[in-house]
Amino acid sequence: MKNIIKISFRNLLRSGRRTVLTSSLITIGVMFVLVYAALSGSFKAYMVGQITDSMLGHIQIHKKGYVASIDNLPLDKNLNKKQIEKITGILDANPYIESYTFRLKLGAMFSNYVSSTSVRLNGIDPKRETQTLPLFSSRIDGSDASSLQEGSILVPELLAKGMDIKKDGTIVLVATNQKGSVNGLNFKVAGTVETVSGPGGRDGYIHINDVKKLLRFKELEVSEVVIRLKDVSHLQKAMKMMKPLTLFKNQKDKPMFEVHTWEQLSPFYNIVKMLNIMDISIKIILISIVLISILNVMVMSVYERIKEIGTIAAMGTTPSTITKLFLTEGLMLGIFGTIIGSILSYAVVFIINMIGITFSFGRQSGLTLNPVLNINEVLIVSVIVIIISLIASISPARKAAKLNPVDALRQN
Amino acid sequence: MITNEHVTKVYKMGEVDLTVIKDLNLSIGHGEFVAIVGPSGSGKSTVLNLLGCLDKPTEGKIVIDETDVTQLDTTALANFRGENIGFIFQSFNLIPVLSVYENIEYPLIMIQNLPQEERHERIMKLLDDVDMLDQKDKFPDQLSGGQRQRVAIARALVTNPKIVFADEPTANLDTKTSNQIITLMRNIQQEFNTTFIFATHDEKIVTEADRIITIVDGVITDDKRIAS
Repeated sequence: MKNIIKISFRNLLRSGRRTVLTSSLITIGVMFVLVYAALSGSFKAYMVGQITDSMLGHIQIHKKGYVASIDNLPLDKNLNKKQIEKITGILDANPYIESYTFRLKLGAMFSNYVSSTSVRLNGIDPKRETQTLPLFSSRIDGSDASSLQEGSILVPELLAKGMDIKKDGTIVLVATNQKGSVNGLNFKVAGTVETVSGPGGRDGYIHINDVKKLLRFKELEVSEVVIRLKDVSHLQKAMKMMKPLTLFKNQKDKPMFEVHTWEQLSPFYNIVKMLNIMDISIKIILISIVLISILNVMVMSVYERIKEIGTIAAMGTTPSTITKLFLTEGLMLGIFGTIIGSILSYAVVFIINMIGITFSFGRQSGLTLNPVLNINEVLIVSVIVIIISLIASISPARKAAKLNPVDALRQN
Repeated sequence: MITNEHVTKVYKMGEVDLTVIKDLNLSIGHGEFVAIVGPSGSGKSTVLNLLGCLDKPTEGKIVIDETDVTQLDTTALANFRGENIGFIFQSFNLIPVLSVYENIEYPLIMIQNLPQEERHERIMKLLDDVDMLDQKDKFPDQLSGGQRQRVAIARALVTNPKIVFADEPTANLDTKTSNQIITLMRNIQQEFNTTFIFATHDEKIVTEADRIITIVDGVITDDKRIAS
């Protein structure tokens, strides 16, 4: 085998320019795929992180039917005390969960005494909210999220700008409860809250106890439970452990709760899926490049070496050894291209990180991409390229092995 | 010892069957220095290819030292050639990517798989025999035609073959070099008692041969032994 490699390697050196051209084609292909994967992976991770860590959490639990009508924030689909107890019992036993928080959401009228508009209000427990959504604080301007006091409000940035609302100003919120009773309360503006990508442009935050007061609830009700996992890659395992929740039935024998992952809740997940499909397409393009270039080179090297093949065959080299010689040659082309391509990819990713490429997404701008080359991705791409090189060499190698020595020796 | 019985070779040229060798019966003993002569297209090369196990006859039997080579499949035939037969070609056919030493080593590694020390010993001896010791690290394109043919002879002999076939080995060489090569082969034949079979036009080879077989139109017309 050592000698097969030696001869194949020298044959590659013999047609040096062609070898360099073909390898560099593979190199460039591998590099594009890896750099693209690193960039899109960084973009995905960034966006997913933004969405889950500042707004959605990883998993949400609602009363059955809430998500379908989430746009009108229905108060009649809240979870009551008994139901909350059932949920917390199961959540506390789930080892994948880091923390969870309750939200009580409602639609209300928002007024600065001059004009009024509608607003979506999230009643939150500030301590638990910041624990479950670590990026929540970063969205808030002018206040510390965890110390959101009762009687104060975080106003959505859009509203604050449009209605010229300043910190420490006073506004009034008017809401109707499910019995039709209207109530209004004054709130002090504690700060503004930025939107994240996706829904939430008109989301304001107040303390959950204030919502209770505003709606004149006798006891606490909750619209959604937001869960943060220790590791988001265990999403499916964690979901499995939530299974008992879906088994609870109401009086009509219908499921009582619904459990959704962030993927089901965020439209961004479709973008992630599209990015994944593009990842695959770009890999297919790479495979074609490798297949065609190696096939082409190997067919050429068989044709220009017919007499040589005839000579070694006449001397007694078996067809299987001749096959191995050409397979090794194609394989080596693929391996060289992959190794150089991978090294260059690391270099390019390093340079991108040094320069710092920024991008805008939705209303957010100045986000810096920090691509990371995943070693698994490098391995997968390398294995694909090497296998394809081998496959591309099979047909020319077999052709060489099948040559009749008498005919081959007659060639010039 | 090679024996041919009723060997016929037919090539298909489109619709037409072309009989190149007709009912060849031939027996060549160990250590003979045989020249096969005849006009171009007479079938000399075909006979050489058939005897050298590169080609299979359409009919008839070729037996080399009790092995009926017409019964072997491609791989077995390749192995048989690797063990028993050496070839010397008109245009030398050295492997361009291997050095002189590596060219001679090739059949020992790729075909016979001999251990390193034994290989080295044999190669050095043969390099000395063909007077190419000082050129052993050069590559074929750095050598003259005569030097290349010496390397090719060493390569053909390194496996200790019973028979060496040479198809026009001197056709690409000048007269002086041809004579040196022929003398070299003659010496080696006497030293190793190897059978040499040539297809040739070269008068010098013909005068050196123990036996001259003339073929015309695929039929042996003359077979004479020359007492040395």
